[in-house]
Amino acid sequence: MEKRTSAFEYAPAPESRAVVDIAPSYGLFIDGEFAEAADGKVFKTVSPATEEVLSEVAEAGEADVDRAVRAARKAFETWPALPGAERAKYLFRIARIIQERGRELAVLETLDNGKPIRETRDADLPLVAAHFFYHAGWADKLSHAGYGPDPRPLGVAGQVIPWNFPLLMLAWKVAPALATGNTVVLKPAETTPLSALFFADVCRQAGLPKGVVNIVTGDGRAGAALVAHPGVDKVAFTGSTAVGKQIARTVAGTRKKLTLELGGKGANIVFDDAPLDQAVEGIVNGIFFNQGQVCCAGSRLLVQESVHDEVLDALKRRVSTLRLGDPLDKNTDIGAINSAQQLARITELADRGEAEGAERWSPACELPEQGYWFAPTLFTNVTQAHTVARDEIFGPVLSVLTFRTPDEAVAKANNTPYGLSAGIWTEKGSRILAVANRLRAGVVWSNTFNKFDPTSPFGGYKESGFGREGGRHGLEAYLDV
Amino acid sequence: MPTTAPAAPAPDASAASAPGLADVTASDSTLRRFLHGLPGVDAVGLEARAASLGTRSIKTTAKAYALDLAISMVDLTTLEGADTPGKVRALGAKAVRPDPTDRATPSTAAVCVYPDMVPFAREAVAGSGVKVASVATAFPAGRASMAVKLADVREAVAAGADEVDMVIDRGAFLAGDYLKVHDEITAVKEACGASARLKVIFETGELSTYDNIRRASWLGMLAGADFIKTSTGKVAVNATPANTLLMLEAVRDFRAQTGVQVGVKPAGGIRTAKDAIKFLVLVNETAGEDWLDNHWFRFGASSLLNDLLMQRQKLATGRYSGPDYVTVD
Repeated sequence: MEKRTSAFEYAPAPESRAVVDIAPSYGLFIDGEFAEAADGKVFKTVSPATEEVLSEVAEAGEADVDRAVRAARKAFETWPALPGAERAKYLFRIARIIQERGRELAVLETLDNGKPIRETRDADLPLVAAHFFYHAGWADKLSHAGYGPDPRPLGVAGQVIPWNFPLLMLAWKVAPALATGNTVVLKPAETTPLSALFFADVCRQAGLPKGVVNIVTGDGRAGAALVAHPGVDKVAFTGSTAVGKQIARTVAGTRKKLTLELGGKGANIVFDDAPLDQAVEGIVNGIFFNQGQVCCAGSRLLVQESVHDEVLDALKRRVSTLRLGDPLDKNTDIGAINSAQQLARITELADRGEAEGAERWSPACELPEQGYWFAPTLFTNVTQAHTVARDEIFGPVLSVLTFRTPDEAVAKANNTPYGLSAGIWTEKGSRILAVANRLRAGVVWSNTFNKFDPTSPFGGYKESGFGREGGRHGLEAYLDV
Repeated sequence: MPTTAPAAPAPDASAASAPGLADVTASDSTLRRFLHGLPGVDAVGLEARAASLGTRSIKTTAKAYALDLAISMVDLTTLEGADTPGKVRALGAKAVRPDPTDRATPSTAAVCVYPDMVPFAREAVAGSGVKVASVATAFPAGRASMAVKLADVREAVAAGADEVDMVIDRGAFLAGDYLKVHDEITAVKEACGASARLKVIFETGELSTYDNIRRASWLGMLAGADFIKTSTGKVAVNATPANTLLMLEAVRDFRAQTGVQVGVKPAGGIRTAKDAIKFLVLVNETAGEDWLDNHWFRFGASSLLNDLLMQRQKLATGRYSGPDYVTVD
């Protein structure tokens, strides 16, 4: 055969936008109806990949939050009185509708958030449905959850979620709240409100009684109003540690129950006997999944010195094959950064890493002109004293440190104000158990990373927050126990 | 019997003389230590990676290119007890001109037959550039004396085989007798002479663990294999995306360490164009573009070719024509 010169270049394979119908404007979802904000304020939501304005969304003020909490309070008179099996029916129905509308929701999430369709389609949406299915199963079995024969719901749950996994974080919050008999007022992040508003439509489609789920869109002020509202019995927050601290101050001294799921600076520990090819995959998945905008990202790589060069060579080779670009293209691995503000923060921290003397590396990689983009970046020669080893960057930036002994690895992994996740790579089972026991992190993955499942509790130590979501443990946060 | 590399190195320099690895095969214990010192394979992670590469979406120009590339990489194979000269001639004609309705269709890489059928295959593909490959060494069981295996190889090469597909002694491998397997491969390589390229078949389904497959891959390459090949196509589990991905990692690492490039051939069970394209994605993103060529990557298959041709016709005409628009053999 004649030798061809053209490389095996994948042709663009964009997912169709036609499957999702985005309205020019959206209201707040209160008591089963969409309504404008009391003062008529709106804000725009844009696609981070193109900076195109997708829609206008109502901006909730205090009066709107108050209305939403009242609606939820009223619904709480009847919702928890339903038999568990009845509540389960609604949750199962929601789960099935999410599956049926999976493609539409995946495309919507990709447009609004900037993450690749590959991830919304293959990770986010299946997990969203799984969370509703899983918690539907608990709704009529709460007396067997280990919290006494008749655990009671708390009341109205005020929930504030971040922009990195808009729909998934909604599912983590709403599914257990409804299963346990609480009603909900949820505030999605201001940069990614659309999938929550589509979820409101899913609730209507499922015939969920009015007021059980209310969605108020807006910025931090709406969130603060919700958290401070006296009619709220339970506050659940996922987001930054700084905001989490403010919320803790607001809630302190009230009877409200609180769970916080905050930042992280996860250590991914690679021992010299690790399955190297899979470890490299795990490192890539740990830090470049969702552009690194993951609270449990493995953003600190701790490599045993004896395999440092080998791992770094393999890692650079692998990172060079990542495909950055149009998030709607099915072959895209790395999408856009969620907002200009976040891009500025990542850029600033990466620049500081360089200024402090860490060695910066990115693959040859063309960034689109429109939108918010950051090339996958590695920092080597990093020490615990570098900012890039301490601060959460929340972007596709990996800091590489080394260690010589398991003790040193554990000491460095734990030497952080955070404690959300960690990873261990070794072929030696006894080492996995020994090291995992000593790591102060809510989740420890071994020979894998970023694996989520509704049956598995998730949460942190130290500045990564408190409380658990998912599994039997997650129910406790919504029950009076 | 000599256990070192042949005196006259083939154009693809023998790996045993590769820097840093020359003394690995000095004794049973050095070889064992080396093979067991290779990084382990995490089965879950390997299969997850293979599956995620399987979701790459290959369309339009990339698909057209991939289909032609895949056709050019097929070792069109018949390995039946019932093979006749007529059957082999038909196979050869098809390899040369897979789609008589479209002369732009590339030829396959080779036809692959039993040693006694090599002369008929040779005749059928004469002058076309299509290679003749022959499975020798008591294929598929490999359960015969060394003398018989070598005679098998010599017969095939003398009859004009350009490529020899040998099976390793899985019994010896599983018993940990790595040096024996190594020496057999070296001897067969020598029997191939300078003219025939050697493909070493591990029968990955029988080796059972991924760690074993990685060790076998390195063992084959250390002994001078020109190609490493998954399987005979005669057992329950043949080529899979995961075991092929693993072998691609091995050839990639081997070249990085020694400078010697070795080919990969998944065989058995790849029946559809869609599957074949997934394998090409594995090649592209694991070993890299240097392997996207039928000198370095092959598909051992018989029914795959027709699906590739039907997909090719569909892409050209916009319509799906059906099995009667390609030849049965």
